[in-house]
Amino acid sequence: MRKEKVDVLVIGGGAAGLAAAIESANHGVKTILLERERKTGGVLNQCIHNGFGLHVFKQELTGPEFMELLWEELSKTSAIVKSDSTVLKIAPESKEVTVLSREGVVIYQVKSLIVSTGARERSLNNLGIPGARVAGVFTAGVVQKMVNIYNRLPGHNVLIVGSGDIGLIMARRLKIEGMNVVGVVEIMPEPGGLIRNVVQCLEDFDIPLWLSHTVTEIHGTGRLEGVTVAKVDGELKPILGTEKFLKVDTLVTSVGLIPQNGLIENFVEMDPINRGPVIDDLMRTSVEWIFAAGNNVAVHDLVDFVYEEGKIAGKYAALYALGEKLPGVKYNFKRGNNVGVMLPHRVTGEIPFKMYIRSKKILKSCEVKFNGKRFRIFNWKIRPSEMLDLHLNKFDAFSETTNVEVNELE
Amino acid sequence: MKIYIIGAGISGSLIARELSKYEVEVHLIEKNPDVGWGVTKANSAIIHGGYDDPPGTVRAQFSSIGNKMYDQLSKELDFDFKRIGSYVVAFNENEVLYLKELKERGRKNGVTNLEIVDVKELKTKEPNINENAIAALWCPDAGITEPWEVAIAAIENARKNGLILHLSEKVVDIVVEKGKVKRLVTNKGEYKADIVINAAGLFADEIARMAGAEGFKIYPRKGEYILLDKKLNGLVNSVIFPTPTKTSKGVLVLPTVDGGILIGPNAVDLPVEEKSNLSTTKEGLTEIYGRAKHLVPGIDLSYTIKTFSGLRPENNRKDFIIGATKIWGFINVAGIRSPGLTAAPAFAKYIVEKIFPENLKVNLVKKKEFNPYRKRIPNMSYFNLEKWDKLVKKDPKYGKLVCFCNNVTEGEIVEAIKRGARTVDGVKFRTRASFGRCQGGFCGLKIIEILARELGISVEEVKQNYRNSWIIDGKVRI
Amino acid sequence: MSKKKMICIMCPIGCELTVSKQGEKITVEGNRCLRGREYGINEMVNPRRVLTMSVKVENGEMDLVSVRTDAPIPKKLIYDIIEYIKKLKVKAPVKRGEIIVKNIFNTGVNLIATRTVEKTKMGGEDEIRTCTGSGNDKLSGNCV
Repeated sequence: MRKEKVDVLVIGGGAAGLAAAIESANHGVKTILLERERKTGGVLNQCIHNGFGLHVFKQELTGPEFMELLWEELSKTSAIVKSDSTVLKIAPESKEVTVLSREGVVIYQVKSLIVSTGARERSLNNLGIPGARVAGVFTAGVVQKMVNIYNRLPGHNVLIVGSGDIGLIMARRLKIEGMNVVGVVEIMPEPGGLIRNVVQCLEDFDIPLWLSHTVTEIHGTGRLEGVTVAKVDGELKPILGTEKFLKVDTLVTSVGLIPQNGLIENFVEMDPINRGPVIDDLMRTSVEWIFAAGNNVAVHDLVDFVYEEGKIAGKYAALYALGEKLPGVKYNFKRGNNVGVMLPHRVTGEIPFKMYIRSKKILKSCEVKFNGKRFRIFNWKIRPSEMLDLHLNKFDAFSETTNVEVNELE
Repeated sequence: MKIYIIGAGISGSLIARELSKYEVEVHLIEKNPDVGWGVTKANSAIIHGGYDDPPGTVRAQFSSIGNKMYDQLSKELDFDFKRIGSYVVAFNENEVLYLKELKERGRKNGVTNLEIVDVKELKTKEPNINENAIAALWCPDAGITEPWEVAIAAIENARKNGLILHLSEKVVDIVVEKGKVKRLVTNKGEYKADIVINAAGLFADEIARMAGAEGFKIYPRKGEYILLDKKLNGLVNSVIFPTPTKTSKGVLVLPTVDGGILIGPNAVDLPVEEKSNLSTTKEGLTEIYGRAKHLVPGIDLSYTIKTFSGLRPENNRKDFIIGATKIWGFINVAGIRSPGLTAAPAFAKYIVEKIFPENLKVNLVKKKEFNPYRKRIPNMSYFNLEKWDKLVKKDPKYGKLVCFCNNVTEGEIVEAIKRGARTVDGVKFRTRASFGRCQGGFCGLKIIEILARELGISVEEVKQNYRNSWIIDGKVRI
Repeated sequence: MSKKKMICIMCPIGCELTVSKQGEKITVEGNRCLRGREYGINEMVNPRRVLTMSVKVENGEMDLVSVRTDAPIPKKLIYDIIEYIKKLKVKAPVKRGEIIVKNIFNTGVNLIATRTVEKTKMGGEDEIRTCTGSGNDKLSGNCV
């Protein structure tokens, strides 16, 4: 087994990891980016739809364009990319990271580490829906890869389960590619994805959206033959007598993303609501040499935000590796009324930062408060599916424990 | 002399391996495209202590002997077997009385190391048990394994020793003349057969009917299960049973050999015609969740990886049906429900060493060069990293991870295909790829790609499992 | 006077617009920014969308090159343009930003490549090809 020393090791070459590697290398430290797939870019590779890069590149791009622009930036730096390389474990005491690739097992001795491992899709099996176990049930991301990268179609008649963004995007894509898209069922009374996607993916292409509906049974032997869907009541329980059978051979699920933190969750302080590590404004975790950025910290709406986080993580991981003393944490945030996903959890108070919050419920309009002081009013409809982002550069409302709340405005 | 075994589940595979020790032509016929896909694939995967079966039954006769055979068997065939012990938990004085009854029953069955422990001792080993428990029956001999892996391993080893395996081949008739087995007819051809061993699981009654042997009825009893994420590893350390009722051992909570937690099964009797009804039901899943939570309150369904169900071949005689019949050369190994997995090595030996010479007057000659060993497909959980590094240097495909949830490399998948995997499920059951928390989200397409490449077929031809389980439809752009 | 309610798709906020048309005069309410006003007016007189798809590549390291229109195209032409794009074939290499179809359907809009697809190398890219054996270290196999 080979051993190698490296200043900054980045795990995961999606948008966050690429940004982190660029920034770290630009600070003049030895940076290695590990990618477990054959190509970096992560999910950007297969997201051929537009809607990326408005904040970072000031134009509306598709996933592959965004990715290639990052590649071009990265290729100008000294960062080394190792693809087909998977981290097996991280040793928190010795700062050794064990990696498997075709060259064998390599142990990297790191100064600082950036974890940008992204999220995985929740599968239908994880939901425990009753019925047969059949072929033809895919997550939206798998179908996206199948169609856009592998040049293959999953079937003929498809129902989309869950109205997360990838599900909406794939409803449109499959319809464009000639499949019969029967509709989208969503158990909640509101769509799970961005409203703009409901409009441009479903309404534009006459695809029905059934809110407050769920799949109650899966039928078939071998390959999927159909599903039963039913209306649900206020407690999300199927209403007897509303069942209907849909003859489909393909089910595409878009029922949520789960941050992937298997490598660090046992020794880094975790936030059960974000399902990611607790972090500060430097994207530093509870272990001072481990930084995190992107969808493994919390699931974001926009790749631009993920990219910005990667940049921050790259900068401070590099400074840490150079031996700089980074500022300590001064203010902590505590979730108050209506606050779901929230990051960062604490800040140094030394630099301007961005705070992201998801409201727990739909609000017509709301105000965000820190320690009871109004910080900002959002005078439009706020949905849990859309993150609020706040630019903060004044810290006078903060204290050691700062209560963060989102209140509905009458 | 030609011997045909029908059914490549746990019974058929261990009988086939036992017979492969002798100088005789042995065939194993399986109607599915792969081995171990029937009853063997979905059950509690427990090697039972052997105390639970009514003394005097065939079940009791074989299960405690079978239990003891697993150490040697798992060494020879290199599959996972962990003797983690089991607790039967009692919540009231009546149940404690039942524990005493079980202990006594165990003594009669030759299981002498059972102990009734108080709640304090139970809690030291199983801190997550419901605190209302008052006592438990401890059986140190109970263990866990992967039944399909046992079947796969036994067949790989038997084939090394001369077994002929027929897959996707269904027996349609057994020709008997003058009270003796003569020929076997399948959907693919007709074979001269001297001895037919009926290990056909749920369909053993139909096979027995073809031969005109005595009648019995097999009906399916469904058991549903929920598999929970490895994150809950350590929630229980041994197999946890409730105090059983007259009909069932109840819903259990146990660790799986690869670190997950399994809860189930319920027991729902299905009509005879529903021998392939493997659906899960809302009622069933709700029931097992409720019962499991009563044993171990920390069970959390948000960690569900998947739900599945298995069918147990119950019969009207309430016991295993093992032995020779009025038709010479026709042997039944039927009604193998729980504890079939535990008992199988013992009855496989019994058939070859007792039934053959005593009932059939057939004395088989042992092979001089029988090789009892089979090596598992290399897997990172059983190698230290130094050794794995050397393996990668020899074959770089062992350095390319395909399944990230269970750390399965391309090398393992290629090896599984070399050993007979022809479908995604075939790869899954041999390597655990796509068995983990993401359920194939990251590796599903890659597994299809590797199967297509190695088998020289198109990706559209790759199946999930059975003939009509196509996965990919065709090209987007031609 | 005609009135339309619609949701603006220019950004994730999704403002609920009310667009009224009286003769030539169009008014937009409910928008929070100028892009929303523009969207409302366009949606009333000539709704347009950016179209993203894939085009078949020959001799490429990938089977497909992803494409988009470099500006929104009239919605009423979308299905025709989709069918047209399905029939296109391009030869590798394709560079990101390269024009695949100039002035598509006379809309003044170009269809451009959104990724770079190089020519096939031995042991190509993420496309699936049928081949036997595994004497190579690439998942896609060393096959032609």
